[in-house]
Amino acid sequence: MKKMRGPAWYALFTLPLIFVFTTVVLIPFIIGIVYAFFSWDGLPLNPKIFVGINNFIKIFSDERFLASAGHTVFFTLLSIVTINVLGLAFALGVTTRLNVRNIARTMLFAPYMIGGLILGYIWKFILGEGFRTIGEKTGLTTVFFNWLLHPQFALLALTVVITWQMAGYIMIIYITGIQSIPEEVIEAAYMDGAGFWTVLFRIKFPLIMQSFTVCLFLTLSNCFKIFDVNLSLTGGGPYSSTELFAMNIYHEIFSLNNYGYGQAKAILFFIIVAAITAVQVGITKKREVEM
Amino acid sequence: MIKKQDAHIKNFSLCTLVMILCLLYLFPIYIVLVNSFKNRAELYEDILAPPLSFSFQYYRNAMERMNFLHSLGNSCIVTIFSILFITILASMTAWMLVRSNNKLSKIIFMVFVTTMLIPFQTLMMPLMQEMSGIKRYLGIPMVDTLGALVYMNIGFGASLAVFLYHGFVKSVPISLEEAATIDGCTAWGVFWRIVFPMLKPVTVTVLVLDVIWIWNDYLLPSLVLNSKANRTIPLSTASFFGEFSIQWNMAMAALMLTIIPVVIFYLLSQKYIIKGVAAGAVK
Repeated sequence: MKKMRGPAWYALFTLPLIFVFTTVVLIPFIIGIVYAFFSWDGLPLNPKIFVGINNFIKIFSDERFLASAGHTVFFTLLSIVTINVLGLAFALGVTTRLNVRNIARTMLFAPYMIGGLILGYIWKFILGEGFRTIGEKTGLTTVFFNWLLHPQFALLALTVVITWQMAGYIMIIYITGIQSIPEEVIEAAYMDGAGFWTVLFRIKFPLIMQSFTVCLFLTLSNCFKIFDVNLSLTGGGPYSSTELFAMNIYHEIFSLNNYGYGQAKAILFFIIVAAITAVQVGITKKREVEM
Repeated sequence: MIKKQDAHIKNFSLCTLVMILCLLYLFPIYIVLVNSFKNRAELYEDILAPPLSFSFQYYRNAMERMNFLHSLGNSCIVTIFSILFITILASMTAWMLVRSNNKLSKIIFMVFVTTMLIPFQTLMMPLMQEMSGIKRYLGIPMVDTLGALVYMNIGFGASLAVFLYHGFVKSVPISLEEAATIDGCTAWGVFWRIVFPMLKPVTVTVLVLDVIWIWNDYLLPSLVLNSKANRTIPLSTASFFGEFSIQWNMAMAALMLTIIPVVIFYLLSQKYIIKGVAAGAVK
């Protein structure tokens, strides 16, 4: 094994990727922390003024940012529920013995392939123009109106799109969990006279706790960081009532040219994401052990 | 006999019900499809009805406006080169990190894993500053070239790929590699002749996850690529929708155009895709 352990081989195999990774991820991360303490408009010739932690203090009185925090939390909580309920229902449906289960799986997963930006545009037509014209034709204007012009409904529209995109993806993970349950266990339960719901809640759910962990983690972090759907479906409107975290940061930096202040928000965003992830993984790991 | 028939009928009706529900789930695609053929009046008359005639006029217009074939080519170039480099470099790195199990390797691996937590929004501005600085002072074209985008995709894809390969390499027995080394094979030879072929399942997972991500990625390309000639499909779609007063029938044709390559790819490799996604998510 001597030949494989030489430092030259080590460098040859690992350095290329480490070099790219350092220039693309690590260096920007460190520069980003520095930028967060400066006030700067992004023009190379204009001065960067050191403002200490003022950028971070300013965030907590920034009404637009706080509003976007509210939208993000509401949207994320709602979407976690809808995505997981639908994804789990799909998974239970396609792990039966039906002949069409594979076709069904392929069809339900399809929206995930298309990508957030395009999905947003598709639903922009349906929930905007589409709903408006249907409402005008049928007179059912309580449901069918342009959802994207109404602040609360526009936020619901975001949930609809993200659910459509991610339910099939989450389904795949639940399927893996359900299929790992030994068939004898389920059969034995039915033999003992357990009904469908008892088997579901007393046997299947406790045995797929690990899938719950993974799915909650994935939906939480994906919804929290969402950008593409937000941009193409509502663009943050009407009146920035659907502007989520990621879009608020993008807007602050690239539209308002507050590079330093926007970067401070971005660093705070990172801290929140890291904290949520740590807490959530901790909680669900603990529950798994108890089970 | 009757019982068996009953079960048959029950099974058949359940299958039908499931298929109807699945078709309903894909109803939005149907709406895009039918409206891509309608003229303006027909579209506003009833958006749910099938088109009265099939005119490909809007597809032709949308193709021209989006410079579709050119964008398709750009998307293919960026995706293929990015995944090629990610799989090669990440598998090499992960293998070496596992096989020389020292403190340095552990630290490098930890850095790769923990940085997965960093959201893209935290890196985007400093990254663009750094890259335009490199262009200004070193003359390396890291702004507005497809190569620059490929380079950045490699950096952003590194963590997950190293993580997946790392987990897999640990389960590969070392005895074959040792035998080859005794026979005089170098580390390079051992890796490419013995290890890499054995990593095939995880390579498929990495390929699937990265193709879906890179093909649909919008924000990074929109920051890196400014000129029209470099637009990938998501960029040209976004610029199409960014124009004032959208013509919805042409827009639907544009969306259909972007969906078609994805659907073809999906149907050809759906077996691998679903397996790959499952393996990638559970890790």
